[in-house]
Amino acid sequence: MESVKEKDAYLSDFFDFEKAQVNAEPAWLRDLRRDAMTQFSTLGFPTIKDEAWRFTNVAPIARTQFRPGPGPEQVVNRDDLDALWCGNLGVPRVVFVDGVFRSDLSDGCDQAGLVVGSLRDAWREREATRAYYARQAGYFDHAFVALNTAFAADGAYIEVASGTVLEQPVHVLFVATRQEQPQRIHPRALVVVGRSSQVTIVESFSSLTDGVYFCNPITEVIVGDNSTIDHYRLQHESGEAYHVGMNQVVQGRDTNYRTTALDLGSALTRNDLACVLNGEGGHAELNGLYLLDGKQHVDNFTTLEHAKPHCDSRELFKGILDGEAKGIFRGRIIVRKGAQKTDSKQTNQNLLLSDDALVNTKPQLEIYADDVKCTHGATIGQLDSTALFYLRSRGISKAAARSLLVYAFASELIDSIKVPVLRDQMIEYLTDWLPKGSLVKEVFEG
Amino acid sequence: MLKIKNLHVKADDKEILRGIDLTVEPGEVHSIMGPNGSGKSTLAQVLAGRDIYEVTEGQILFDGKDVLELEPEERACEGIFMAFQYPVEIPGVSNTYFLKAAINAIRRHRGEQEMDAMEFLELVREKIELLHIDEELLKRPVNEGFSGGEKKRNEIFQMAMLEPRLAILDETDSGLDIDALKTVAEGVNALRSPDRAIIVVTHYQRLLNYIVPDFVHVLYQGKIVKSGDKQLALELEEKGYSWLEGESETAQPVG
Repeated sequence: MESVKEKDAYLSDFFDFEKAQVNAEPAWLRDLRRDAMTQFSTLGFPTIKDEAWRFTNVAPIARTQFRPGPGPEQVVNRDDLDALWCGNLGVPRVVFVDGVFRSDLSDGCDQAGLVVGSLRDAWREREATRAYYARQAGYFDHAFVALNTAFAADGAYIEVASGTVLEQPVHVLFVATRQEQPQRIHPRALVVVGRSSQVTIVESFSSLTDGVYFCNPITEVIVGDNSTIDHYRLQHESGEAYHVGMNQVVQGRDTNYRTTALDLGSALTRNDLACVLNGEGGHAELNGLYLLDGKQHVDNFTTLEHAKPHCDSRELFKGILDGEAKGIFRGRIIVRKGAQKTDSKQTNQNLLLSDDALVNTKPQLEIYADDVKCTHGATIGQLDSTALFYLRSRGISKAAARSLLVYAFASELIDSIKVPVLRDQMIEYLTDWLPKGSLVKEVFEG
Repeated sequence: MLKIKNLHVKADDKEILRGIDLTVEPGEVHSIMGPNGSGKSTLAQVLAGRDIYEVTEGQILFDGKDVLELEPEERACEGIFMAFQYPVEIPGVSNTYFLKAAINAIRRHRGEQEMDAMEFLELVREKIELLHIDEELLKRPVNEGFSGGEKKRNEIFQMAMLEPRLAILDETDSGLDIDALKTVAEGVNALRSPDRAIIVVTHYQRLLNYIVPDFVHVLYQGKIVKSGDKQLALELEEKGYSWLEGESETAQPVG
């Protein structure tokens, strides 16, 4: 009966939370929250008996008594943020501390064609929120989406007007603070891009603590016809943190959506990435790199839905696992009836650096159209011993040769990062992570 | 310079080398010939330090140092170089940068100053001319998408860059057309010097028309069954390797 008690705690938290929101929120949102909470109560936390959660046991999250965030406000200044990995990308930065917008720490909110700021304000002021908010990320069958929808008190709202091309990326930084008691935070982001626009968004999840907390972020992205979005998601949570979230994307006609998820931190991570190609001529590129050691666990569950004809999708997820780390990859591709001329390619490659690291990978194709091209491939391997010998026979030490090959494995994804500062920071991160990383840098930078 | 004494080597519990004795002095070029499966490549790889082979008996000394105690990279730093029979493709690692890292690793080991970008580039220019290598090739990942001939030339280019004291060419000539073969031979000959030794492992005598050896050794069933000068290579070319079978029955009984 553990699970009932757990749910009761969340329910009682919800009533307190709802009371505090009275009069501050529109009625439609209140109804939505209630609905989501009811749904969470019905669903409860998933267990490993649920097919979609077979390899990721969230019992430690269910068992822990998290205090609903944000907790007592901690002093956070710009220097603290600049010191974070990818805390300062040299572009306008919009900051959320424990899920709550901080205008005093944010800049770049006033740009032509761009609305960026607090979702809490947008709920009241922007019509688009009512039309789009929580319409994409379904909470009926996903307990963690329901949980976020019930509790998200604030978040990021990004609206790009039609015909807007933004030269500089928008950086949305979610940061967790140090708290006495483990807290749970439910960051939310809604991105609505109009027609024929172009924008790069960097979402990052970082922390000012190395302690335990539970981050449960949901991002919804609506890509208007003929628009292009580059979307980076950096997960660099505390090593003790839990990170269970979703990125839900809906693409219109003739759109380009490219995303790269970098999973570096957190003890247990589950990312649901769902992308619907909902207009003809859409192109989706879903990339991911996970770099794990110790007992880290990362589960990437991707769903790519080809709903309309003449769309193509490319999916490349790469994992580097050391220690006793675990990596899970599920790649669902659904081709709806009538989605002819679909061209889809999915690849998951994993490199095991230790005997105790573990990977489970599985493609899942559901094809209801008959004129489609869908390929998938998965590999799990160790460093090539012949290649290692080759490098060593030229005078390069064993540790450096190993690092060189690991770096080479990751380089395809790193090179695909189009924001130079971000790419440099990722190279920095990886070369720090690898033994003899300075030599690797020498080799790759001349 | 190099002394191999009674070397016995096993792989997968099968004895491949069964007592090799070989002495190589500075300035000499030795050729090791023999039929497929005689153990030529094994000998080359054991010298370079491949760990899939197990040395069960014997000794390899390089300038008096016990080579078997050294890691492959330490051997490289001491000046041993092997040109691979099958050069390895390493996607994602550029040829040039890899070589610069290798040169500087060796220099650091020797307590020498690292080469800067300018010096390195000058050296590259000098050596690619020698080996007729397209500069574009060097910007590409190591051996990736190279033709067979390009891979072999790249091995010799690496050798020219690293300037080893003992170079072992493991069937560098196999599969090359005559132009590529001449280029490779030119590259090797350019490196001949009184303080450098070269071991040419080959299946075919043809290469030895261009790289003229001082000594020729015939390896058969894991042993050197005959040694001589370049005349021996010509003899082998004429007679093939089949005559060895009779030779070995008297000289080297199997078992």
